[in-house]
Formats: sequence, structure tokens, C-alpha cells
Amino acid sequence: MAIFLLPSFALIVVFYLLPVLLTLLISFTDMDYSFQWNWVGLKNYVQMISDPIAGKVFNNTLLYVFSTLALFNVGAALVISLITVHIPERVGQGYRALWLLPRITPSTVYALLWLWAVRQDPTALFNWILGFFGMEPVNWLHKHPWPIVILVNGFVGASFGMIIFTAALKSIPADYLRAARVDGASTLQIIRHIELPLIKWPLMFVTAYQTLSLLTSYEYILLVTNGGPGYYTTEVWALYSYHLAFAQYGGIVKFGYGAALATVLVILGLILSIAYWRVFRLKELMVEPKIEV
Amino acid sequence: MVSRKHLPWIAFMALLTLPIVLLYTLLFAQSVSEEVVGILPVNLTLSNWEFLKDGNIRVPGTTTQYYPNVYAVTLNTLALALTVSFLELIFSSLAGYAISRYKFRGRSAFLALALVLHSFPGITLLIALFYILNVMGLYDTLLGVIIIKVALDMPLDIWIMKGFFDGISWDMEMSALVDGCSRLQAWWKVVMPNVRNGLMTVLIFGFLSGWSEFIYVLTFISSQDYWTFSMLVYALTTGEYSYINPGVTSAVAIIYMIPVILFFLFAQQYLLRIQIAGKGVT
Repeated sequence: MAIFLLPSFALIVVFYLLPVLLTLLISFTDMDYSFQWNWVGLKNYVQMISDPIAGKVFNNTLLYVFSTLALFNVGAALVISLITVHIPERVGQGYRALWLLPRITPSTVYALLWLWAVRQDPTALFNWILGFFGMEPVNWLHKHPWPIVILVNGFVGASFGMIIFTAALKSIPADYLRAARVDGASTLQIIRHIELPLIKWPLMFVTAYQTLSLLTSYEYILLVTNGGPGYYTTEVWALYSYHLAFAQYGGIVKFGYGAALATVLVILGLILSIAYWRVFRLKELMVEPKIEV
Repeated sequence: MVSRKHLPWIAFMALLTLPIVLLYTLLFAQSVSEEVVGILPVNLTLSNWEFLKDGNIRVPGTTTQYYPNVYAVTLNTLALALTVSFLELIFSSLAGYAISRYKFRGRSAFLALALVLHSFPGITLLIALFYILNVMGLYDTLLGVIIIKVALDMPLDIWIMKGFFDGISWDMEMSALVDGCSRLQAWWKVVMPNVRNGLMTVLIFGFLSGWSEFIYVLTFISSQDYWTFSMLVYALTTGEYSYINPGVTSAVAIIYMIPVILFFLFAQQYLLRIQIAGKGVT
């Protein structure tokens, strides 16, 4: 029996549970690249509270998480799944497949495509299209970094909710919709009064789950703006922690302070993970989207 | 059947989806031309693909080799992706089977742990993982990245496999045991062939997750000898010579995309399952 569980259990303990503990411990030190355990108590946490950059980064994170969530991970996801289940299935499926593409594309390639599309020269995709409307070329990453960051993440993020919502919408018994049609309901009325109330649980689940994902994600931001342009303009919490530990200018490595920032996310992550598990009874939801009938 | 009342919605979806189509068209157009205006190729050429001959990406005006050989990079990436997917396959089907079939102390605790970790973002543990890899002497090795990937994907994989094992009836296994198979033999010979869909899901998910991995390679690998495609594309995009030839960069990116495109075209049903169970990605 032990042979079945041992490999995965050992891996999870050493590379998942131990790191959680270590992150916490390192956050109480001023560790740098020499890996010395110099205990400094709560110094890193005191610094976090008074660090003006951390304050700015905190606000950035809120902006990033909630606008991406509202516009794409929940907003666009809901719009796409509602439309694609109401048009002929083959067409709808085709659109959903296309929306899956950004997610399975390697992040470096996907980011590269956006970097090309938003370049400042007039032949770059964005400016080329604007040119048809007689508008001047814009240096997007400098002038409007936030919309670009949100677009880049949003086009990846929408597919998660899209798939969950689509599965939930498809599992609504056809009788309900037929009965409503017979009673003379329009498509919009059906969406508003039947479909949306019935996918309430998946909606809450996607919102909660993606909030945590967005809070801790920084890969695409690192690739597209790397926190810039200028002074921490699009730096988010998780990226700031990364930069402190691995990419400080002048090679000053701050594992301790970086770990303190990461600890905030770790604790938040643990609380939210446990909360989701309870609230959404994840077990059932993963098998079949929950529908309250 | 496309009726007229659907047309406005189909058109609206087309508009919403247009940026995705344009981006990938841009990638393709860029790779077969000297220059691109919007998405339109100017002066078609195959010269961007010349690096395929010997795998060396040349920077114009110098003979210095700034980038590692593309074929070496391909082998590294394949090694990473294949090892990750096979280890995930074996470990998760072992654990998933045990959890599905055995009653033992701590079973529910283990399952709960896997479930909680499933939504917990492993990426926040980067600093601690960096420390552990250094202590273990696995910094700057592909093995280090492989182990971390396998460990962090494990909760989700166990969860997927357990679900598939739950769907297999006891009877087949029971008769194998009655006929004298050991538990391990029954698992391998009787049960495993019946969960092929689950195995495929874990295998494809593991492969893509290893193939696309960027942050762990960026952070835990320093020497070019162990670069994978993600690092090569990153270096071509942001490096000193990145602006010189986007055509070559896009050709490399397309090579990098081949497995992704194959899975996208031929194994979409597995990808959808992955996404439903998918974890901490935006």
C-alpha cells in the first residue's frame, strides 16, 4: 500500500508543504544569496507597512485583479458562453475553441504576439488598424500600459469561466427553456430569469477561484511590461515579491523581504483555498457544475 | 442550421474573437516575410527558417553565437515535458488508485490536503523552492525543474485519477485477485487499461505544462545548456538582439507551438477536461 502513496506524498511534503513553512521562516530573516539565517523578527513586516512602493503595488494589484476579473474572467466568459450556447452548436464550439488557444499557447509566445501587436510604429497591428480610422500611432505600452496588461491577461483568463459556464448552461434541462418559449419569453428574458439564476453557483465559484488565481499570477505581466514602464507602474504584489528576490537592480537579493510579501499571499491563498473547499464543496463541483433546481 | 436571428450574435462573437485570430495570423505572416504591415506580409521569403539547417540562430553582423542551438533546446524541452508527464502519470495513478480503493488511516486527510492544495498557487513558494533546490544541489539542473513541476501538479493529477478509478467497478479487479494476481498486478494489468482517458488527460496536461513552463526555468536554470524553448523565445524577445529579426523569432515560436497545435486540433476533448479541473492559471 505504501508503495502507491509514497512517491506523491513525499513530493507534496518536500516541495509543497515544506516550502509553505520555509517561506514563513525566511520572512523573519534578512536572507540574501549567501543563504544565512539571520533572524530579524518582524522587521520585514514593519518595512512592508511603511514601504511606499508596497503601497503603490497594493493598489495596482487591486486594480489588476478586479478589472481583469470583471471584464474578462467573469464578464467576457459569461458573454461568450451565453452567446455560444444560443447560436448553432458547431459555430459556438468553433468560437470557444478559438478562445482556448491563448491559454494553451506557451506564455512566452503569447506575450511575444502582444508585444508585436502594440509596438509604437504605424505598421504594428494596433496602430495599423487605428490608421484606417485616421488616428495617429500610439506607443501603447508607454501611454496605456494598464489596458494592455488587462487585455493580455483577460484573453487568457476568459476561457476558464467560459468552459465552466458553458457546461452549466448546457446542463439546464431543455424542458425549462421550452416551457418558457411556449409562454412567450424572449431569449433575453430566458437568460435573465432562467439561465442566470440557475448558474448562480458556477458564477460564484469562478469569481472566487479566479480572484485567487489573479492575485498570485504575474507571468504575463513580467513578460509584457515587467512592472514598468517607469516607476512600478504595472507592478503587482506577486511580481514585486519576485523582483525583490530574483531580479533586483545591482544584484541586491532580498529573499527575506520577498518572502514576507509572499507570506501575505501564502496565507491569503491558504485561507481562500480552505474557504472554497468548504463553501463550494469542491468535490462535487469538479465532477459536475452545481445547479440548483 | 444558421437562422437569421442568430446572425447578429455570430457577428458579435466574430468581432470579440477577432483579436485572437489576428494575433496568430500575425505570427504566421511574420515568419514567412521580411516585414509585416498590420497582418499583411511584405516580400515573402523562407529565409527566416534557415536556422533549421544547423540549428544555429545567427545575429547579423557577428559570428558570435549568442543563442544555444535550437535542436539542443528542443531536446531539453522534450526531456522536461516527457519526464514531467510520465512521472505525473505514474505517481498520480498510483496514489489515485490507493485513495479510490483502500481504506486507511489518514485517507480523508490526504484527500483533503490534495483538494486544498489544488487551488493553492504554488508560484508563491518560489523563494522557498529556490532555497530547497540550492540545498539539494539541484539548482541549475533540469531535474530540479522537473521535480518541482511534478510536485506542484500532483494534487490536481491525483484528483483527476481518483475520479477515473472511482468509475471502474470492483468486479473486474476482484476476479483478477481471485485468480491469483497481487494487488500491484491487478492494478497494472486490469485496472490501468480501463482508465485510458484519465491517463491521457494527465499525460497531455503534464506534457503541455512541462513544455510551456517559463517561470521555473527562468528562475532555477542559469546556464544556456539547459535552456528550454520558453527561455529561447524570451531571450529572442527581450534580449539585446531581439529587434533585429522578428521573422526568425516567429519561426522559432512556431516550432515551439507545434505540439500545442497538434493537441489543439486532435485532442481538444482532453484539453477541455484539463480546463475544467484546471488550477491557478489566470
